Amino acid sequence: MAKSSIKVRAKAKNGVVTVKALISHKMETGLRKDKKTGKVIPAHFIEAVDCEHNGTAVMNAEWGVAISKNPYLSFKFAGASGDAVKLTWKDNTGKSDTLETKVK
Amino acid sequence: MQRRHFLKNTMATGAVALAATSGLLVPVQVLAWNKAAFDAKDVQSAMKGSIGTELTEASDKINIKAPDIAENGAVVPVTISSTLAGVTSITILSEKNGTPLIGKFNLKGAAEAFVATRIKMGKTSNVIAICESGGKFYSARKEVKVTIGGCGG
Repeated sequence: MAKSSIKVRAKAKNGVVTVKALISHKMETGLRKDKKTGKVIPAHFIEAVDCEHNGTAVMNAEWGVAISKNPYLSFKFAGASGDAVKLTWKDNTGKSDTLETKVK
Repeated sequence: MQRRHFLKNTMATGAVALAATSGLLVPVQVLAWNKAAFDAKDVQSAMKGSIGTELTEASDKINIKAPDIAENGAVVPVTISSTLAGVTSITILSEKNGTPLIGKFNLKGAAEAFVATRIKMGKTSNVIAICESGGKFYSARKEVKVTIGGCGG
């Protein structure tokens, strides 16, 4: 993929890594209607986000439709600068994306 | 005639059985996503579906940072942190949403009890945060006033 749907910034401070991630996704609830056609727009949302720190899982989130459009996610774990952080999301249509970055 | 009927019936049931098995196969693949809990229409069943119980202990060790008044219900920033030891999961619910369960964050290993995200809220209601620590569930709530709902439209 040319451009990743994920933006991640991970910073270490006093042995704690704070990860801030933005995912570009429309997070459609399946409740909205198309104003022109009156048809319901089918649900399309991220249902799982996994995060690995140096290859071991530190966080996996189960999401519903009530997470905002273009989701923002932040979490913390014990780690150090230079560690690898890998973020993966998967939506209800089976699409997914992964991004790996280093802790600053 | 009878035999024909018999054949027809077996074929029909065969098709049903096939549909059932293929139908069964699909949920196995998506079982990772807790559909029952996310589709639940009230807080109790959503809690039961996601954390397996509807009984939580109110705790002042959970801190919910959310605006008192959210102008736009489609984007309500929520930060949940806790000073409880060994938090293994954080669950967020919005009491009056059509489907109250918003998300569950399973924390493992080195993860700290801190999660921030942005959620959609249908109307003014309590945001409930549930932290799991040592097999027990602790909860806290905070009211957020919503001027424009963020569900549907």
